[in-house]
Amino acid sequence: MRNESTALLKVDGLEAWYGESHILHGMNFEVHKGEVVTLLGRNGAGKTTTMKSIMGMVGKRKGSISFEGTETINLSSNKIARLGVALCPEERGIFSSLNVKENMVLPPIVKPGGLPLAEVYELFPRLLERGSSQGTKLSGGEQQMLAIARILRTGANMLLLDEPTEGLAPVIVQHIGDIIRKLKQRGFTILLVEQNFHFAATVADRHYVVEHGHVIDMIPNAELTTNMDKLKGYLGV
Amino acid sequence: MMTLFGIPAAALFGQLLLGLINGAFYAVLSLGLALIFGLLNIINFSHGAQYMVGAFVAWLGLTYLGANYWVALILAPLVVAAVGVVLERTMLSRLYKLDHLYGLLLTFGLALIIEGVFRNLYGISGIPYAVPKELAGGWNLGFMYLPIYRAWVVIASLVLCVGTWLLIEKTKLGAYLRAATENPALVQAMGINVPIMITLTYGFGVALAAFAGVLAAPIYSVNPLMGSNLIIVVFAVVVIGGMGSIMGSIVTGFMLGLLEGLTKVIYPEAASTVIFMVMVVVLLIKPAGLFGKGA
Repeated sequence: MRNESTALLKVDGLEAWYGESHILHGMNFEVHKGEVVTLLGRNGAGKTTTMKSIMGMVGKRKGSISFEGTETINLSSNKIARLGVALCPEERGIFSSLNVKENMVLPPIVKPGGLPLAEVYELFPRLLERGSSQGTKLSGGEQQMLAIARILRTGANMLLLDEPTEGLAPVIVQHIGDIIRKLKQRGFTILLVEQNFHFAATVADRHYVVEHGHVIDMIPNAELTTNMDKLKGYLGV
Repeated sequence: MMTLFGIPAAALFGQLLLGLINGAFYAVLSLGLALIFGLLNIINFSHGAQYMVGAFVAWLGLTYLGANYWVALILAPLVVAAVGVVLERTMLSRLYKLDHLYGLLLTFGLALIIEGVFRNLYGISGIPYAVPKELAGGWNLGFMYLPIYRAWVVIASLVLCVGTWLLIEKTKLGAYLRAATENPALVQAMGINVPIMITLTYGFGVALAAFAGVLAAPIYSVNPLMGSNLIIVVFAVVVIGGMGSIMGSIVTGFMLGLLEGLTKVIYPEAASTVIFMVMVVVLLIKPAGLFGKGA
């Protein structure tokens, strides 16, 4: 059993709305320091909304989101980022008016302890070569790497990665898997949204299954094989 | 008498200088509009009124406080920016999620109110504002007479435009502004206080208008209608350059001023409409403007 005090991120009874649409109906889960945890679920289950809610990017939220013991449900997204939470969004969010280097150094340092830029480039050498290219001229895989790379130097210790493998070639997916494992070794805590549970199984410690805006199950990665039929049923694959 | 293409050189260069000066005002004003449109999504129709208020602050400062021209160049932008910040926080910020039209209507209404107040207080005959003594007189260049103040206006405007461009394109703050223009929610989620940045950008944009107003005061005199006379042309400049394009505003502002001046020499009847003719052609061929993205 984990001690609750080790929960870096604790989401309790989270509800969220887009306009009149009620998307999250009481999400409950926690992520412990140094863990890689995934949110698995079908399209429209509420995974991305959960990420955006944690980041303070959804207009109306209720419930509780606690990060390192600080309640963030009423904080604006810039204040949440300053606590040490960073988002790599599903659509990657590379800025076309900025070159690769400018995209890379855009997020401000929010806490000490981030990776030095040289180390970030060691992880993603291709980005150093493409430094002066317009951000959106990069390939899909390179844009994904840039989206992950730029949050590593900020000092954020909680990374929210929203479908980082979506639409990418297998070799790039494998590279991103390697990066996530290295980040875990470096002590980063990662919440990962994935539809590809085969990929998730290679990097995560635990999996929360999300359906209709709430968590319906939690499966430790070590028990994934024995729960595979149940998981496939949840995901409809 | 020296002629170029059958046109007296003094007349040609004189009109080109006038064109350059008009172009300088077009550039500074459209630059502010482009900054504001880019980040706030608001077509700031009160920009002309804020330019006029800048000129009035200079005159009021001189008349009641004894603040000279150089003080006015700092004071007027600060005063207009401060009022702009209040307008942005209390009114414009409510409209960001709505169509551009709502911002345009609100700022159009504000422009009418501001101009109405100044017209009631000071009439429309125009109040002279003396050229500062350091910039009085002129140089005889042989082919034309160059008033020093007019040369100063062109140089000051160029420096302001290039400085603003460098700020936007070459600094970290500029990178935040450009990124926030594309995706403000994501920039805020990186830890940047975007609402404050938006407010300050509006303040800076209208401060540019006020600065132009002070520059204009000794040339055109101080008149409540001086902004409304100019703003339609400035909007045409912004459309031609490309809505939200900083470089587009600067280059197009100066080029169209020169084109207007040249037209005055070649075919004076078309001088007041040539910019709008260019606008129509650009809209038909490249609707996003010469420097705009897309379309």
